[in-house]
Amino acid sequence: MAELSKIPVTVLTGYLGAGKTTLLNRILSENHGKKYAVIVNEFGEIGIDNDLIIGADEEVFEMNNGCVCCTVRGDLVRIMEGLMKRKGKFDAIIVETTGLADPAPVAQTFFVDEDVQKNARLDAVVTVADAKWLADRLKDAPEAKNQIAFADVIVLNKTDLVSRPELAEVEARIRGINPYAKLHRTERCKVALADVLERGAFDLDRILDIEPDFLEVDDHDHHHDHHHGHNHDHDHDHDHGHGLKHYHDEDMQSLSLKTDKPLDPTKFMPWLQNLVATEGQKILRSKGILAFTGDDDRYVFQGVHMMLEGDHQRKWKDDEPRQSRLVFIGRELPEQAIRDGFESCITT
Amino acid sequence: MSNFEPGGGQASIVSVTDRVRPVALGASVSSAYFLGDRVAFVGAEENVSLVDAEVEISRVAVSGGGILCAVSDGKRVVMGGDDGKLVALDAKGEKTELAVDPKRRWIDNVALHPDGAYAWSVGKTAFVRSGKNEEKSFEVPSTVGGLAFAPKGLRLAIAHYNGVTLWFPNMAANGEFLEWAGSHLGVTFSPDNKFLVTTMHEPALHGWRLADNRHMRMSGYPGRVRSMSWSAGGKFLATSGADMVIMWPFASKDGPMGKEPAMLAPLQARVAVVACHPRQDILACGYSDGTILMVRLEDGAEILVRRNGTAPVTTLAWNAKGTLLAFADEEGEAGLLPL
Repeated sequence: MAELSKIPVTVLTGYLGAGKTTLLNRILSENHGKKYAVIVNEFGEIGIDNDLIIGADEEVFEMNNGCVCCTVRGDLVRIMEGLMKRKGKFDAIIVETTGLADPAPVAQTFFVDEDVQKNARLDAVVTVADAKWLADRLKDAPEAKNQIAFADVIVLNKTDLVSRPELAEVEARIRGINPYAKLHRTERCKVALADVLERGAFDLDRILDIEPDFLEVDDHDHHHDHHHGHNHDHDHDHDHGHGLKHYHDEDMQSLSLKTDKPLDPTKFMPWLQNLVATEGQKILRSKGILAFTGDDDRYVFQGVHMMLEGDHQRKWKDDEPRQSRLVFIGRELPEQAIRDGFESCITT
Repeated sequence: MSNFEPGGGQASIVSVTDRVRPVALGASVSSAYFLGDRVAFVGAEENVSLVDAEVEISRVAVSGGGILCAVSDGKRVVMGGDDGKLVALDAKGEKTELAVDPKRRWIDNVALHPDGAYAWSVGKTAFVRSGKNEEKSFEVPSTVGGLAFAPKGLRLAIAHYNGVTLWFPNMAANGEFLEWAGSHLGVTFSPDNKFLVTTMHEPALHGWRLADNRHMRMSGYPGRVRSMSWSAGGKFLATSGADMVIMWPFASKDGPMGKEPAMLAPLQARVAVVACHPRQDILACGYSDGTILMVRLEDGAEILVRRNGTAPVTTLAWNAKGTLLAFADEEGEAGLLPL
């Protein structure tokens, strides 16, 4: 599929001091046989010699299309164009943002810019969070909350600096904002790189697999990982047995939708487009795997605010239930209207 | 050039494809320039291939990495790279290092002045080195998107976010700021020095009449405009970005204000690059499907130079007399057409 020949881009975000640079240095120094082009906001912090480290200035500008949330990173557009001259010299791109950055303009750059989109695809937003201080930052720093809400993967770092109850507390806070991200507990960002890089469609499957009210902790202390795929039947209640609290963040919510009946593409597409056009400022992220009437391919999409991209991904497998699943993460989501709209797209 | 043969309602086009001398360069080409009768094909990275009329190819290593920008005055090609180096290459294939960024930052843009001065940019800073080898710099509020010298005097247009700064490197005063919201990338002066035009991140051009800084909005493109070329005498500005060549009229004192552009050579593919003939009212245009046409401005009559079904055309260049046309594509297939 054309999507897969595009260069994967990992956006690495996280509040000041969370450990982004530590993770980046690990990625660049570990012997994984891959070559990364890295776009950093501060030259010199990276201790590794690599001729594909590019300094960026985080220059955000508003598109002249009358939509206030259509902001893109102009510097990234320019850097991506330059990097494309060296196609074949690297396998993937990592974009580091400053600690105070809103991830939206970075992510949107990969949706809105024709040339960037032609060559690269947003693989995942990876957010490094500080286990000790995240709870405080979620109260006083809207950027920190956005970074958690945007994440596909959360590296909860510095877990050695907190007690078990404190850790449970901060994880519950994270899940209150974003129940779908894959969460890894780390010390000094020690995480298997395969868990943060080149996630691709895997994460989309997994994200949409989780029930929104299910507070799963992905990594246990002894690091046994359960990658169950989507037919897992493991007992959801066991994690609740850890005594995790449910938090509902006061302004950030998530919403998941699911149906086993096929969707009517002539109804669904206009509905989704209209939804993000009218409510896009509230919707930080949207994702979905869709089964359309009379279509043997899975259709996958993801979106940032008002921007969407989607494509046929692959054939539905014979043993795979043709189930459509969508998630939205955002502020003040009009839940009932979204549920009703989605229901109306089911083929009757 | 206007002898279309009518047949079945479909015009069959005059073709000169058999007169093209093919040049196999083997690696993606970003731009091409004539240095006398040799063509310098600037690769996307590392090399320039100098090709003479007999299609003898000599390759010169000019950069340790990607070549991000290039410009020529017909005597030399000046290029900036992602290795932080600004280098010049002459027709003999001799390379000169003009500048090195101390931090090895990317050299994003370059411009050449007819008197030998040159300008380049790194991030937000534009540099000018005059013929006397004096270096001056000027910082704009955001990363430089494009550079162009005015045809008269030592005056540099620096495109950036939300407008263009006009800087006189020999004057102490601050630059003059022409404001227009958005990200400005390419920039060009009209040959008569009366208008300034930028390509924007959005699929549009923006222009200013320099006498009174009146705005000109030139929009309606389906894609971003990456190539602009002034017709002989500056009567028209030919542009890429649509599935036909869009020609903005600049002959009157109002430029394109209140006028519709002319549209030439419509195809089922996006125009990627345009190059006006240096003397006659003819242009060459290359498309995303590999097609190359020569088009007469007066009546839109077309001649086929290269067929479709090849890689997207990346560059077109005329020699100074307009007797040779060079082209190249994304996959390093190039050609020379003697006229």
